[in-house]
Amino acid sequence: MRHTILVRTTHWINFLSFLALAVSGVAILIAHPRFYWGESGYFDTPAAFEFPLTVNLDQTGWGRSLHFLAAWIAVLNGFIYVVWGLFSRHFRYKDYGVLQRLAYLSVVFGLLPLMILTGLTLSPAVTAAYPVLFTMFGGRQSARTIHFFAADLLVLFLIGHVILTIRSGLVNTMIRAEAK
Amino acid sequence: MISRRKWIAGIPAAGSLLLTACKDSLPPTYGSLFDASNALTFAAHRFLLRNQPLVREFGRERITKNFPAINETNPKSDRYQQLLAGGFAEWRLPIEGLVAKPTELSLATLKSFPSRTQVTQHNCEQGWSAIAEWTGVPLGRVLQEVGMLPQARYVVFHTVDGWWDSLDMFDALHPQTLLAYGMNGRELPVAHGAPVRLRVERQLGYKSLKYVSRIDVTDRLDDVEDGTGAVGAAYGYSWYAGI
Repeated sequence: MRHTILVRTTHWINFLSFLALAVSGVAILIAHPRFYWGESGYFDTPAAFEFPLTVNLDQTGWGRSLHFLAAWIAVLNGFIYVVWGLFSRHFRYKDYGVLQRLAYLSVVFGLLPLMILTGLTLSPAVTAAYPVLFTMFGGRQSARTIHFFAADLLVLFLIGHVILTIRSGLVNTMIRAEAK
Repeated sequence: MISRRKWIAGIPAAGSLLLTACKDSLPPTYGSLFDASNALTFAAHRFLLRNQPLVREFGRERITKNFPAINETNPKSDRYQQLLAGGFAEWRLPIEGLVAKPTELSLATLKSFPSRTQVTQHNCEQGWSAIAEWTGVPLGRVLQEVGMLPQARYVVFHTVDGWWDSLDMFDALHPQTLLAYGMNGRELPVAHGAPVRLRVERQLGYKSLKYVSRIDVTDRLDDVEDGTGAVGAAYGYSWYAGI
């Protein structure tokens, strides 16, 4: 079963912006590869979790810019996909198994909103307008930690998703144009 | 039907449309795709912050110990060391440019203005954050004192250690934007920018310059230093850091 041009286009844009988000996320991470729980966390406070990485402070400039460029594209692209998906009943797709459908739905309506909301909690501007974000995630550093682990889950999902798609015929479902 | 390529090419086009639509109110350094996305963030934040909300303020019990001091922690210049040795009694802060009364403020004069004390979280671009109490004069109060002219649009800050950055009036006049001379109930320590540092609470820490030495009020940034609006541009840092 081939996907429509809209599903294919939004997916490939999504794939590219996810790669950019993951790469730039690492660029940002290595400036301070320590994670905390709660409101604040810095060099003298105990880390909840720490990566034995060499700290590199020089990659955050392009890292942040690429992260937000890709985030804007992913969010706008995702918005189009979800609106279309609800409209066309794509999410009730009958050929998928229950587990597969559950996985896709929990990513689209669970992990992705969680990524966006925890990401926004890291913004000193957005949280000035919506301080409730801090309450939702138990503080800025908690939000940063959740953002990181949710990103890891997304990467795992993406790997599994791509493998499954390739096995079910990537060329047919996602690349070649619809047969008339 | 829109091809994939056309769709992708449309993104910068949409960005430039946005830029043309509100060119007058946008920060400097535009032209790249990165800047277009930062402009989108900037415009979105200006909408979200249109009622100028304050950032959260904490109780004093939330102040964190050993607030990190990064970058310059003790400027070596003879002039600075001389001022420090004299308890900053000789220190003056020139405020120039588009103001009715160009002034050199002493620390004592700054302290004579109505002050504001706020316990806020400092969000470093590296990823860490820490809470401190800051005492100072709202920048808007100082600009009012020197008679900012109506055509003024930006405030440029220069520091003892050669950094410079700028704010537009939306952030410069925000009640929590301070020229801070006190930290955690004491004089601002040298490591944190004595005698006066900037606090810009709704942006990342790199906008809150330490060791402020001169303030210039202007209507344009393209003729200030290298024209990028901030020293950070040379390191790839976005001028607007509300993220």
